Amino acid sequence: MAEQQPILQMQGIHKRFPGVVALNDAQLRLFPGEVHALMGQNGAGKSTLIKVLTGVESCDAGSITLAGKPIRAESVLEAQALGISTVYQEVNLCLNLSVAENIFIGRFPMSRFGIDWKTLQTKAMAALAALNVDIDVTLPLSSYPVAIQQMAAIARALSTDAQVLILDEPTSSLDEDEVGRLFDALRRLKARGIAILFVTHFLDQTYAISDRITVLRNGEFEGEYAAAELPRIQLISKMVGRDIDEAAFARQAGAEIAPAEDEAPFLAARGLGKLGSMRPIDLDIRAGQVLGLGGLLGSGRTETARMIFGIDRPDSGSTQIKGASVNLHSPRKAIREGLAFCSEDRKTEGIVAELSIRENIILALQARRGVFRFLSVRQQRVIADEYIKQLGIKTSDSEKPIGQLSGGNQQKALLARWLATEPKMLILDEPTRGIDVAAKLEIMDLVKAQCRKGLAILFISSEMSEVLRVSDRIAVLRDRQKIGEIAGNDADEPGIFRMIAGGEA
Amino acid sequence: MKAMRYINPRTLPLVVTTALFILLFGFGAVSYDAFLSPQVFVNLIIDNGFLLVVAVGMTFVILAGGIDLSVGSVVALSTMVTAALVQHHHWSIWAITPLVLIIGCAFGLLHGVLIQVFRMQPFIVTLGGMFLARGLCYLISIDSISITDPTYTALSEYRLPLGAETAISLSGVIAIVTLLVGVYIAHYTRFGRTVYAIGGNERSALLMGLPVARTKILVYVLSGFCSALGGILVTLYMLSGYGLHAIGFEMDAIAAAVIGGTLLTGGVGFVAGTLVGVMILGVIQSLIAFDGSLSSWWTRIAIGFLLFLFCLLQRLLERSKLGKK
Repeated sequence: MAEQQPILQMQGIHKRFPGVVALNDAQLRLFPGEVHALMGQNGAGKSTLIKVLTGVESCDAGSITLAGKPIRAESVLEAQALGISTVYQEVNLCLNLSVAENIFIGRFPMSRFGIDWKTLQTKAMAALAALNVDIDVTLPLSSYPVAIQQMAAIARALSTDAQVLILDEPTSSLDEDEVGRLFDALRRLKARGIAILFVTHFLDQTYAISDRITVLRNGEFEGEYAAAELPRIQLISKMVGRDIDEAAFARQAGAEIAPAEDEAPFLAARGLGKLGSMRPIDLDIRAGQVLGLGGLLGSGRTETARMIFGIDRPDSGSTQIKGASVNLHSPRKAIREGLAFCSEDRKTEGIVAELSIRENIILALQARRGVFRFLSVRQQRVIADEYIKQLGIKTSDSEKPIGQLSGGNQQKALLARWLATEPKMLILDEPTRGIDVAAKLEIMDLVKAQCRKGLAILFISSEMSEVLRVSDRIAVLRDRQKIGEIAGNDADEPGIFRMIAGGEA
Repeated sequence: MKAMRYINPRTLPLVVTTALFILLFGFGAVSYDAFLSPQVFVNLIIDNGFLLVVAVGMTFVILAGGIDLSVGSVVALSTMVTAALVQHHHWSIWAITPLVLIIGCAFGLLHGVLIQVFRMQPFIVTLGGMFLARGLCYLISIDSISITDPTYTALSEYRLPLGAETAISLSGVIAIVTLLVGVYIAHYTRFGRTVYAIGGNERSALLMGLPVARTKILVYVLSGFCSALGGILVTLYMLSGYGLHAIGFEMDAIAAAVIGGTLLTGGVGFVAGTLVGVMILGVIQSLIAFDGSLSSWWTRIAIGFLLFLFCLLQRLLERSKLGKK
């Protein structure tokens, strides 16, 4: 790469949130006419870095220079005025306004009689033509698919004479063709000398469009590389922070008796997919087995779980439970078939902090029984105490508000809630997020113990080592499709990462 | 109108409303001999001019995703302030009119600030304003005040001739001018488009750097202004001020806007549609008046059904749109 001057340079960026250091000496350089991918795992500090750059957050220390001049944007508008525009994952436009208005609102061309609609249309057409989009700009934005809306958002971002364009996961709701069109547009922008910062979780896309890659890890700058000179496997190892080839990750091999494979699986999904969310996937989840879903963030783990549980309705494929075809069109139906879903976001979707541990544990069971078959407080207490003992929830008694428990114990109570419904299959989405290591190990052992009782478990975690530790089999996902399945005993972390990196194993 | 084309797929409710109006008017023309005269048509505007003025303000509020329940009370307060000042204190109309308009704007400003700055619900804030303004009426007088001032009576009786046998009142003219200004504001000013943007998606409007706070407050000020102006027209029409004037008027204004194709969730609709909405309410009233045997409460029943119908229509349109995607 030729030695040129970066248009934008961020150096020594520190940002501390209460209790966490989000960015520690992070840096980033953007060059004109280049697409720069910002990579890193969840919590690596990508979004914080972008927020600092676009003025949403201020940094505690560090310098940002744009075209050699130090800048410090205090708001998105100020950043925009400086020439830094951002397009967010969800389209932040007004669907009820016309495409042309969306591109120029706030900067309408005015004539003597007010808004000059004619000039507005011409300008909007020209702005979209620069992105190779030719549509009727007088129609409301809602009449176009997300991809076109995304283009309108980019056109808007560029209409302020942006020098730096930040795309925060712009492709997450686009299909392949649409991504292709977006990339064409980006290439045109590159040719115009605009510096583009591209944030994505899709490895394929990173390599398809990027010239340069900056990797962040745990809020620190890991390195900046030319995309062409960084093999995928190395990129992944830099993101996860382990040298995969050398990492000898010993699996805790237990002498577990895997049930006979010829037995019909408890739940069999065939070609289950949802357009724009997950490509068709086959999964067999067996009683007494843990099926792990392995993959990087954004690979479609949670989406898969949501489809199976009926939260998102798949638009293709079928599901069988114990060989009989079922249509799990809603969580209610899924619960009736014996499924339980322990969701990813403990705080917002899981616990009710103000209620007692007992009430939290009983919640799902009572819901399943219906309001009319009310469990007496005494019955409830028996059940709650039973699970508190069985799962080792550390509390003085079952009447304490659950909000007072530690994260790990809250998670156990959640687990208890679903176990109390005596499900036949349990989906655990990130059951170990945000809790300490000892609690993680405990939770994983509990999962295994439950599994041995004949429960079918679908286990999701962003920590590959955890997936490896508990799973009997692992379905590996990448870019919203299943790329393979391996038996837990044969798998090791480097192997899975090699699979994800694609055929380099 | 050129601007119409911009919101093409959403014009259907307006088209339906207009068709319904023509149908109702046609029905009247066929049923009653005297119905099909220009004067009957113009009377629709004369008799509903104040509703039109208030409904224009209401349309902006609804377009921005809000609601203003205080309009009827502000109308009543305006009639009361006008009547009291002209009858008891012999103020000039040139002093009263600006004062009343300022009071209306002040009410709107209060609503807007409470809603925007203190993040309160428009429903509850303007409900408060509704009680406040209605109560203030009785502070002035608990009885109706008739206006005998010659300027007011002259203005009330003034008719601008429109051809041979047709004439329009001053309030009719003011209503039409208000409507035209409303259409202009909605479609040809930054403020108007910002109102639509806020109604469409307030968060996006903020992120697009639009003056959301200012616009939202101004929308309520505009509604307060329109209510006060409507109050002045009511005073001219009735030649009295009374705390019981315009009871339930806010609901008529909301109904006119909704029947005219404005979506209660905000962001979709036309000021011009509100005219058709008002005219439909008016034509139903005229039909019932021409019939002579029906009680005026049949108007309410008809409006009730129409509202159901239009909300249903809008919902179905939304759904068919979603289905297509």
